Amino acid sequence: MNRRDALSRVALILGGTIIGAEAFLSGCKNTSHPKSLADAFSLDNIAFLDEVGETILPTTASSPGAKDAKIGEFMKTIVTDCYEPKDQNTFVEGIGKLNDASKAKFSKDFMDLSAQQKHDLLVDLDKEAKDYNKKRKEGDPNHYFAMMKQLTVWGYFTSEPGATKALRYVPVPGRYEGCIPYKKGDKAWAL
Amino acid sequence: MGDTLHINSGGVAQNSYDAIVIGSGISGGWAAKELCEHGLKTLVLERGKDVVHLKDYPTATKNPWDFPHRADAFPVEFAKENPVVSKCYAFSEASQHFFVKDNEHPYIQEKPFDWIRGYQVGGKSLLWARQTQRWSKFDFEGPARDGFGDWPIRYDDLAPWYSHVELFAGISGNKDGVETLPDGEFLPPWEMNCPEKEMQQKIMAGFTNRYVVQGRCAHLTQPKEIHIQQGRNQCQARSLCERGCPFGGYFSSNASTLPWAQKTGNLTIRPHSVVHSIIYDEQKGKATGVRVIDAETKKSTDFFAKIIFVNAACLNSNLILLNSTSKRFPNGLGNDHDVLGKYMAFHNYRGTLFASYDGPQDKYYYGRRPTQPMMPNFRNVYKQETDFLRGYMTFYSVFRSRTYPTEGEQIGGAYKDAMGEAGDWYVSMMMQGETVPKATNHVRLSPDKKDAWGIPQLVTSIDYDDNDVKLLKDFLTHGSEMLEKAGCKNISQNDSKQAPGLDIHEMGGIRMGKDPKTSMLNGWNQLHACKNVFVTDGSSMHSTSTQNPSLTYMALTARAANYAAEQLKKGSPL
Repeated sequence: MNRRDALSRVALILGGTIIGAEAFLSGCKNTSHPKSLADAFSLDNIAFLDEVGETILPTTASSPGAKDAKIGEFMKTIVTDCYEPKDQNTFVEGIGKLNDASKAKFSKDFMDLSAQQKHDLLVDLDKEAKDYNKKRKEGDPNHYFAMMKQLTVWGYFTSEPGATKALRYVPVPGRYEGCIPYKKGDKAWAL
Repeated sequence: MGDTLHINSGGVAQNSYDAIVIGSGISGGWAAKELCEHGLKTLVLERGKDVVHLKDYPTATKNPWDFPHRADAFPVEFAKENPVVSKCYAFSEASQHFFVKDNEHPYIQEKPFDWIRGYQVGGKSLLWARQTQRWSKFDFEGPARDGFGDWPIRYDDLAPWYSHVELFAGISGNKDGVETLPDGEFLPPWEMNCPEKEMQQKIMAGFTNRYVVQGRCAHLTQPKEIHIQQGRNQCQARSLCERGCPFGGYFSSNASTLPWAQKTGNLTIRPHSVVHSIIYDEQKGKATGVRVIDAETKKSTDFFAKIIFVNAACLNSNLILLNSTSKRFPNGLGNDHDVLGKYMAFHNYRGTLFASYDGPQDKYYYGRRPTQPMMPNFRNVYKQETDFLRGYMTFYSVFRSRTYPTEGEQIGGAYKDAMGEAGDWYVSMMMQGETVPKATNHVRLSPDKKDAWGIPQLVTSIDYDDNDVKLLKDFLTHGSEMLEKAGCKNISQNDSKQAPGLDIHEMGGIRMGKDPKTSMLNGWNQLHACKNVFVTDGSSMHSTSTQNPSLTYMALTARAANYAAEQLKKGSPL
């Protein structure tokens, strides 16, 4: 079983909501991009997505956050190259929806929120996406926030800052040892 | 076509060699090495590009973030344009340059068949899964016992040649003393991790005649002098093998046999050489050479030799013989009885099991291991005991996932830091089932469709049957029982229903056999009807066994090449 399969299976056991994007689980399949896609990934919107990613996976004492991993650029690449057109639309519309949710909750644009407000908003949206997925029927669209979160988690932990600082990245292990001690707090292997 | 000599630009003498080897993959590389060491001027024809060890591994040391899609996903239109190759487990952004894209070499799937190909010097030896068990006596005796054929050789014929290739290639493994999985010339084995060891004990205690042993693989765990002479180094446990290994840590033609053959001064490798057919001389009653079409210029050239080794990989070797027609052999070289292209078989990989395991939270592992525990076949070994023929090899591995919090806030710093830690243990188990070769599972040439080089396209007509489905169900049942006994939970059974071919263990079509009436090759891998042509890749297999096949291709090739060289030296007519 290869890494892709193994991780997909773990995701399934955990309810299918944890790892990567749909693209990661099924391979990229789309054939055309909606016209609005170029607009959706303006520099402003990439900064917006960086901020969304940073709120999901922020800088902590032990490692940098998703903004350091250029997560907005990563989302642009995957959504553009690998998403089905209907998922692309969901994602693009989601940028506006997230901002609307910010205005509804705090009467401010998302980019103008404090870090704590951003966090609180995304906790709400995460719950909304999970509740949506529980009731989701075959053929229903994906939830935009589930996509953003999956892309953030996938992109961050495979980025240089994520793999080398939030995980232990050893490109050339040199040997294999079957049983070594592990204590809570030790970082997991990146590969 | 093959009955008249073709005028070629270089002239006969300039294009003449002692031996021609068609293909440079695992078996072709071995043929080249052995023939060159015997002093034979040898031409290796490779239809793809050149790949020079170290120089032509462009992605070998790249990090995940060096790939636009992190080597996890495929670019846009790619999957759609390449429905076959993009299914392959080893195919990714990081290895795609070593795989044939679907549209580069069309074929006709009368029944679904995922044909995975690597066209380059080294062939699929760059991409293979590197598991290298010897076949046991039960594997060679199986067809005769079960009444679907008879190998012309037995384990004892091949045992010294297994040793020969193991010592040179470098095979890691443990001497387990298990009758169904003969020991070989091993470098130190890879270690099992803690839960794998626990499961090994529980499975072997819980079932009689079931053995869990560590996998045997073509990786240098501790290089010996012969490997250092090849310029190879210890495997670094990177597990990025299919990109080409800059350490020469695993066996490939590129890292091992071809440079070795080169050192003799007797080797010529000709990339971009698509073989059209083998030339048969009616007067001499033997093959005299090979017709090649240049992959780039499409110009035809003939090359000549005393002996020809066909190692184009299973289906392409079939294609070449089918396309080698003459007055004597109107239905393909050596095909006096319409056996050519028939009795194709493969490995049944459809069943997988997945489970969670309450492994130790205070243990982990280091490095990325290129093998996993394996269980030699335990079904129908000593006698027929089920309602299906043959059996299956079982593999399992246990890995520790990262932590994926399912409770509390899953946004923010605590969530991120938690995901950076090791989490639960999971087990995956898979089968490698024997399939029984049948005349109806076959390949043939399309009567009208040709490829870009004017060669008829291949039609694949290969499918599963009831026996395969029964065997699959048996694996899922017994695999689940073993996982349960070993303490696994949340066991899920899966039938991938994948098409034949995706196993990349296609075999047969030019099968060896005791009886010339029902086989193409004798016990030395010579065509019964054209003795200076040897076929020693997967196409020569009489049955598939439950073992990975590549080590056996290597041993058969080395054995046949030494036999051929000795016959030439003796002046025996071939």
